[in-house]
Amino acid sequence: MALIETDNIGQKYGGQDVLKDVSLNIEAGEVFALIGPTGAGKTTLLRLLDLLEMPANGSIRFDGIDITANKSLRLQARRRMAFVLQKPVVFNMSVYDNIACGLKWRKEKGPALHQRVDQALELTGMAHYAKRNARTLSGGETQRVAIARAIAIAPEVLFLDEPTANLDPVSTNKIEEVLAHIIAEGKTTVVMATHNMSQGQRLAGRIGVMMNGRLLQIGSPGDIFSTPGDKEVAEFVGVDNILSGVIVNRDDELVTIDVNGAHIQAISDYPIGAEVHALIRPEDVTLALHKDASSARNTFEGSIAKTFPIGALVRVEVACGFPLFAVVTKRSAEDLELAVNKKIYATFKATAVHVIKRWN
Amino acid sequence: MTELWDGLVTALRLIVSFDPEVMAIAGRSLAISATSSTIAALICLPLATVIHFNKFRGKRTLINVIQTMFSLPTVAVGLFAFVLFSSAGPLGGLGILFTPVAIVVGQALLISPIMLGLTISALSGVDKTIADTAVSLGASRFQMAFVTIREARFAVLAALIMGFGRAISEVGLSMMVGGNIAGYTRTITTAIALETSKGDLELALALGIILIVIALIINIVLNRIQQR
Repeated sequence: MALIETDNIGQKYGGQDVLKDVSLNIEAGEVFALIGPTGAGKTTLLRLLDLLEMPANGSIRFDGIDITANKSLRLQARRRMAFVLQKPVVFNMSVYDNIACGLKWRKEKGPALHQRVDQALELTGMAHYAKRNARTLSGGETQRVAIARAIAIAPEVLFLDEPTANLDPVSTNKIEEVLAHIIAEGKTTVVMATHNMSQGQRLAGRIGVMMNGRLLQIGSPGDIFSTPGDKEVAEFVGVDNILSGVIVNRDDELVTIDVNGAHIQAISDYPIGAEVHALIRPEDVTLALHKDASSARNTFEGSIAKTFPIGALVRVEVACGFPLFAVVTKRSAEDLELAVNKKIYATFKATAVHVIKRWN
Repeated sequence: MTELWDGLVTALRLIVSFDPEVMAIAGRSLAISATSSTIAALICLPLATVIHFNKFRGKRTLINVIQTMFSLPTVAVGLFAFVLFSSAGPLGGLGILFTPVAIVVGQALLISPIMLGLTISALSGVDKTIADTAVSLGASRFQMAFVTIREARFAVLAALIMGFGRAISEVGLSMMVGGNIAGYTRTITTAIALETSKGDLELALALGIILIVIALIINIVLNRIQQR
């Protein structure tokens, strides 16, 4: 039995579906990340799981108890969870009192309360702010108080909604360190929403991708990253090359996909004639000035249409009958002397192509 | 003009010499209004919380009605209370007409809409995320309401002080249900009305000055609170 089980839950605001048919099991002790663009329904799902709202339909079981049916058990269940809201607010009192709130509401007092609050302060690095009025803190500090306030009650489940959205990189790192520490202790089940794919990868054991109120795919970060289940997910997780084609030939597992007349070799189970998308991550495409004799099955000659830097990398668009995006390091871009209109060979392995069925 | 000037000087003398009659009337006024404000606050604070945190049909209308009653004429409430407490009225049996108790009850009725309405808007002014945060940290409904009031504490306090200000400055109601009985139900405002009509300006002016000073103190406190 999973710690949290949802059965086809949905939510409506003003007659509009904001969440539809979400069935999800979260095991005790796991770290689960919900990723998806803004407005996908991540916050709504978290609010339902934390029992801040009741679903319009479907049911939620927490630790085997149907909390959508049992109103009286909701407060008890909620007291085993904590939720750090997306834009956390602090109560107009000292940092210490903010963190003590949840414990006081659970009738905790005396040395036990002090010890728990001090631990939370210590863990979040907020110890020297204990006496400050929490309203006077910066965004990153406020976020840390909100996390300290949540972990002080030693929740079995910690919900985090975009814990680092709108924070500068230094604050983001600090928050992620705190979260990594909580996760490493292994006592807390963590469910977090983020629109930052790489944050999900760094922290989570499993990822669920949400789009338009639906949970589209659940899997390990590796699965989601390399084998997205459909086009929207692929786009969201950074698969730049989504090529529409038709399978024209099959040799055992190896298929040939016709994309605008160009033939791409890939591994797939789909039959000849199937309309598919070929998904290729840009970092799996290598560029060379000469045709090399590697084992890679797909080599295309083309010219460079565009280059632009992204941090320490360079994103290159190659026109080779279809647009193909590659990412190379700045160093190799310099070595290859990449420039617009330069002739280039783009190569990727048949195994680097992830083939999904095209529905439209 | 000299008459007015002399009156003012005598009035100030009455105040600084702590004239027993002036002090008794001022003390009675303060005591009655403080009592009525406390009673109204004890009723309005929980009631405002219940109204604010519950969804029900006609909530908007109810709040509109409450706000309309902010400017209820004191004589209208006085008339209502008079009918209520008169020997033929429904509460006539209590025999409290023309006693300080009648004024206290009447004032509490008069200022309740202000306290209620302003407390509701004070609570509405609190970021809704505060309530969500409290609930997500395991607060019961009562604990959540308490922390919300705590967040709005300055605005709530201002609402209560506004109520007190209206109570101490009203005259019509005190006159109608108190009867302006010397040494018993005579308050600052009813005394001013009486002494002025008698042409006894010294006492009226002295009490008027005291009332203005009270109003000034209330305003200063209110300003301090609202600046936080």
